[in-house]
Amino acid sequence: MATSPFSPDATPAPEDATAPIISVRNLSVRLSGRDILEDVSLQVWPGEFLAILGPNGAGKSTLLKAILGLLPLASGEITVMGQPARRGNGSIGYVPQRRHFEADVHVRGRDIVRLGLDGNRWGLPVPWGSHRHDDEAVQRAITLVGASAYADRPIGRLSGGEQQRLLIAQALVTQPRILALDEPLDSLDLKNQQGVARVIRQISQENGASVLLVAHDVNPILPAIDRVAYVARGHVAVGKPDEVITSETLSRLYATPIEVLRASDGQVVVVGQTDEGVSYHAHG
Amino acid sequence: MSSPSFNIWQDVTRMLQYDFMRQAFMIGGMLSLVAGFIGYFVVLRHQAFAGESLSDVAFTGAIGGAALGINPLLTLLVTTIAVALGMGGLGERLRGRDVAIGTMLAWVLGLGALFLHIYSARGSGSGTGFSGVSILFGNILGIPAAQTATIVWVSVLTLAILAVVARPLLFASLDPAVAAVRGVPVRALGLLFMVLLALTVSEATLAVGALLVFALVLLPAATAQQLTMRPYRALLLGAGIALACMWLGLTLGFYSGLPTSVCVSGLACLGYAAALLWRRYAGGVVKSASM
Amino acid sequence: MLMADVIAPSWDLLADLQLLFALHFMRNAYLAGTLVAIAAGLMGYFMVLRAESFAGHSLANVGFAGAAGAALVGLPALAGLFTAGILAALGIHLLGRSRQRNDVAVGAVFTAALALGYLFIHLATSEYAANIYNTLFGNIVGISDGDVTVIAWTCLLIVAALAVLGRPLLFASLDPDVAAARGVPVRWLALAYLILLALLVAVAVQIVGVLLIFALLVTPAAIGQQLSARPAVALALAVALALIFVWLGLAVAYFTPYPAGFYITTLAFATYAAVRVSRLLPQRIRALAAWRGAA
Repeated sequence: MATSPFSPDATPAPEDATAPIISVRNLSVRLSGRDILEDVSLQVWPGEFLAILGPNGAGKSTLLKAILGLLPLASGEITVMGQPARRGNGSIGYVPQRRHFEADVHVRGRDIVRLGLDGNRWGLPVPWGSHRHDDEAVQRAITLVGASAYADRPIGRLSGGEQQRLLIAQALVTQPRILALDEPLDSLDLKNQQGVARVIRQISQENGASVLLVAHDVNPILPAIDRVAYVARGHVAVGKPDEVITSETLSRLYATPIEVLRASDGQVVVVGQTDEGVSYHAHG
Repeated sequence: MSSPSFNIWQDVTRMLQYDFMRQAFMIGGMLSLVAGFIGYFVVLRHQAFAGESLSDVAFTGAIGGAALGINPLLTLLVTTIAVALGMGGLGERLRGRDVAIGTMLAWVLGLGALFLHIYSARGSGSGTGFSGVSILFGNILGIPAAQTATIVWVSVLTLAILAVVARPLLFASLDPAVAAVRGVPVRALGLLFMVLLALTVSEATLAVGALLVFALVLLPAATAQQLTMRPYRALLLGAGIALACMWLGLTLGFYSGLPTSVCVSGLACLGYAAALLWRRYAGGVVKSASM
Repeated sequence: MLMADVIAPSWDLLADLQLLFALHFMRNAYLAGTLVAIAAGLMGYFMVLRAESFAGHSLANVGFAGAAGAALVGLPALAGLFTAGILAALGIHLLGRSRQRNDVAVGAVFTAALALGYLFIHLATSEYAANIYNTLFGNIVGISDGDVTVIAWTCLLIVAALAVLGRPLLFASLDPDVAAARGVPVRWLALAYLILLALLVAVAVQIVGVLLIFALLVTPAAIGQQLSARPAVALALAVALALIFVWLGLAVAYFTPYPAGFYITTLAFATYAAVRVSRLLPQRIRALAAWRGAA
């Protein structure tokens, strides 16, 4: 793992550090009459790994969906690579919060990855066309996530961790500049959580893609991330993990006393009104 | 009917001497191709129950037209499309909410019983090619020539639309959330698909009857899905199996004197059972990981 | 299904009721209808809870093959219905072994059954249309005293079985994993339930027909569940509604030229739609008010 996770706030990023790849300014989102996010500002830099943390229902997924252009904004603006956020942006790879493929889906994992490449195109793939380039792109993405061994098995028969890797490959196959993942580690066991987090980290380093990862437990990804955006009560605190996940910052954010404990092995436990951060988390 | 000589060429040419057989082979071929393609998406989208409900609607629509003295093909198409749009309007909520479909299905069948009663009381319906039993169990040999053109055009239209939307539809069926983010109009495609399904079910009703639509629309595609994991291959294979069931069924019916729809759906059921057995006992495509 | 003569009601309730029950076959129809409605209301509640509507529909269709096959070999229709129903229940149970719903496999079973049924009828007689319609849509005028006895014993068996199995079945339907962990024989209960369903379908065919028994199973139960979240109340509602639909449907059919199945299903669906709309409207109005307030 990276020995010194670089922070674009402190040191200049290798790419164009003056231009954030995603810029969120004074964003507010209202859904069915309820304020989900209020006056949120946030910037994501090229090649950065940003974790979006917070308790259930705090607005983590809402923030991600707003950046993907899936939600109407009450106020503020979001630009992605200099353009206003919109759906259908091929430079963002998205892995949504996931139910699993049902066991009777008898389609290869490889075909699911392939749809990430051309599924939005009208018309049929012609049998006489040259698919070599596309085939290679699909294989590259599958190799990258380490899913070659089971990519030709029916996706419904794969384990949760295997499905998740293939879905990340699907998001990667267009070689996106931004990878947006909504609770990709949810419902995986500890070993798979760390494995998937490692794959994501490696991809962001090798391809220079920025990663936005929504999680409710910071511990499995703590070694991989550059910065965290902690969402609570519609507000967001952004910074390095050591700066944000502290008793002071979280107490201010939650407006109630919160205590952050650090175990000797580096695990973070947040004690207070939420059970956030403990390794077991009842998920609704 | 006549007995076969078991000289294949001779038997086939003898069968195709008859106008009604040539017409049945052509219409049946078109229908089964459409059904095979559409069916793959029905299986993928877990809409078997919706498809089955549409076939009951098709029964009521057709018998209603016959009872009220309107062209049954027209009422058949209109009612199935209207109900399909209604079900499509429920959209994603349709999955797993089979109670709502079931209640409606029960009522539509009740309505069908009423129309059947009126229709039987009037005791006619000749000339339209529709009768209660032929709507329930199909009569592809009795489709009047006037309706052949309609059927061919609707089939060609369905195939053309499907060719254009197949890939995004595949994406939206397998992975709606990601497809939506990638700019695929998931909801609009869902509605369009329901309309295509309605057209297919209506046509299949003519061939195998409202009660046996499942055999033509779903089973060949489900068989293909058992045999291959590649989407486009499964699409082609499904259409091929549907076509084979239809043509073999017509031939069997011709030489045995049994109703065509019984032969066609019997073959489709046998094919599906064989595919299931092959996968379970011969290992099939892949050793299943979780069973 | 065809009523010989249509009798106009006098709109004097007592006189009309006397008229209704004056004929022996109507008394039989009411007896049989009442018994089936009670059993269907109870069974339907579990069917909706278990999301087995499709299986119920398929079992009903399989009954068609049973009745037709029995006619072919000269057995009473009920014998064929019982045999085919129980075989199909076993088939659906085995196909659904992986505990995931396999709609296509279930559909294959009932398509095969319908095709067989059509074949049997085709082989049995050329004058088959009336047979088909009676099996598919029911024929309440033809219920004999012997039929009523069989229906009574079957419904008694179903109600007794549910009295014994009801609570574990409810547990297994709502939360199969926890129920299995607590030692409830989930798989056996599923099979027992399907067999009871097959029995019910078999005896109900004569009243509402294979295609319409579904209305008595699913609709009253769906309404009951809409109106109450408490299992006992929802069950009672389902039974009461099934009874009302059958009684009213039979009465209206007696005084009009149209079949009872149509009235029963229409009453049921209209009630369901009314309940859905009346529960939906306040939500919509509240949402609209909230939206107005916010704007």
